[in-house]
Amino acid sequence: MVEITPGRAYGFFTDTSVCIGCKACEVACKEWNQLPGNEPVFGDGFDNTGSLDSQNWRHVKFIDNVADETMQAGDGKAWLMMSDVCKHCKHASCLEVCPTGALIRTEFDTVYIQPDVCNGCRDCIAACPYGVIGLDEHSNVAQKCTLCYDRLQGGMEPACAKACPTQSIQFGPVDELRAKASQRLDDLHGQGIAQAQLYGADDSVYGGLNAFFLLMDKPEAYHLPNAANAVLPSRNNARGYLATAVTAVLAVIGGLVALRRRREPVREPVPEPVREQPEGGE
Amino acid sequence: MRVVLAEAEHFVRAPNWTWYILFYFFLAGLSGGSYVLATLLRLRGDSAAEAVARLGYYVAFPTMLVCPILLTLDLGQPLRFWHMLVNTTPGQLVPIFKYWSPMSVGAWALVAFGLFVTVSFLDALRRDRRGIEGAGLLAKLWSIAGAVVGLFIAGYTGVLLAVSNQPVWSDTWALGGLFLASGLSGSAALLGWLARHRRAAQPAAGAFVRAERVFLLLELVLIVAFVLTLVPAGTLGRAFGFPWILLWALALLCVLPWLRSRERTRSAVAADGTVAAPARVVVAPGLILTTLALISVLAIRAAVIFSAQ
Repeated sequence: MVEITPGRAYGFFTDTSVCIGCKACEVACKEWNQLPGNEPVFGDGFDNTGSLDSQNWRHVKFIDNVADETMQAGDGKAWLMMSDVCKHCKHASCLEVCPTGALIRTEFDTVYIQPDVCNGCRDCIAACPYGVIGLDEHSNVAQKCTLCYDRLQGGMEPACAKACPTQSIQFGPVDELRAKASQRLDDLHGQGIAQAQLYGADDSVYGGLNAFFLLMDKPEAYHLPNAANAVLPSRNNARGYLATAVTAVLAVIGGLVALRRRREPVREPVPEPVREQPEGGE
Repeated sequence: MRVVLAEAEHFVRAPNWTWYILFYFFLAGLSGGSYVLATLLRLRGDSAAEAVARLGYYVAFPTMLVCPILLTLDLGQPLRFWHMLVNTTPGQLVPIFKYWSPMSVGAWALVAFGLFVTVSFLDALRRDRRGIEGAGLLAKLWSIAGAVVGLFIAGYTGVLLAVSNQPVWSDTWALGGLFLASGLSGSAALLGWLARHRRAAQPAAGAFVRAERVFLLLELVLIVAFVLTLVPAGTLGRAFGFPWILLWALALLCVLPWLRSRERTRSAVAADGTVAAPARVVVAPGLILTTLALISVLAIRAAVIFSAQ
């Protein structure tokens, strides 16, 4: 049992190498957080949750790229499972843009949306690079994984981690989880599983993810932005405003020139004949 | 079967900013643009210019009034619109302002702009009622300050889109400038048309056609910049693919007639300074061309907003 004390950073280490795709995490999450859920998605694969959103705070991704014909050894190009969740980024895009202050960092160093403060502007949805947040159709505010904020306050580990039968989802203080993850990575590499890699355990992705992963392929294969693509919305502030300011200066100068008093229509006399244009007018 | 992407992009969800936001961007461009043009003319100082300037303030007011209504309706919880300004986190209840979040800055800018526009509107109304021709120093200073906020209101909406992780929007720095230039061009078209219907303002009507061309030129440059920035990001096809290419084509076609020369008569100014006939008469366009210019403003915003989502 993990000791949970405010002021310490907590998170998940999701080890996808032992995920069996049972979706117990999804069910436990819905049970505890009283998420009614939404219509299942019926695609070509085993994934009928679809994506993380306001009702799905855990989502077991099935990255299956196998031939439709009879399976033979070596047919499959990808067969990966990953229980996805809010990453509780250290540099969180959602928290950065939130205009109301509804998004906060809690005493457990998690990223939390206060449902009574959020007004449903959806700026966080535009910002989150992982597509984690959704506007809930019942509450009409943005919702996502809270890392079971209420359970943490009661000294209990999050529901998904408690339910996970293979310890693919491990909960704990982030520093301890990182040590565990590093050990696990060494073990796998030692077993010759060279493709195993950590995602978000160091600070290369959004300053470090409190909910980080051990992946069995490149991040791109799991539809996760790699370190080069993990960028914050605020990167566009300076250049966006600069381009606007330059345009404003040019427009004002151009406008002053264009709208200046012409020599021809002298002050009082003959009013300049302003006529209808023959073609293209009314 | 889920396709494994070769290239990592952002795997974002669309915020579903749609019609309310489109028309907010449109009206913000027109309101801010009209206020700016009104102020430029007010600074010119002659009576015809001041007459058009007041038209600009009359346009800026109603268009500004609709903006917060649209934004409020767009919220999931409309009654919490004031949470944009006040942090209601338990134990806080203090004003919230995040300069790095364009939505936060925009909320405050809209409050400030509302104040500037309302005062300028009432002031213009008062001066027109009492037959006061000019504008005082105080009115001019107020208008200049308001015009700075007006420029912001017309342009920041593009920065708001860019400060995200959405494809297209966050791949470019050009949207703020583009929306500002297009807002100004729409405003110039609208004010030029309105000026034809106000006797005192008629002499200044033609100047808007020249202004329109300046803004359209800026707009075209920024569209090129927009295209060029999307190329390395790999999202050009998304912003300009079918059906959005139709909106871009519409936006361009609608302003083409404006780029044609509208100068009609040409005769010399007499040596003694009297003007027999105006040397160059710029014909202010009618309702149809004005409407086309406004459609262009709307089409550009629609293409940008909808193609990314």
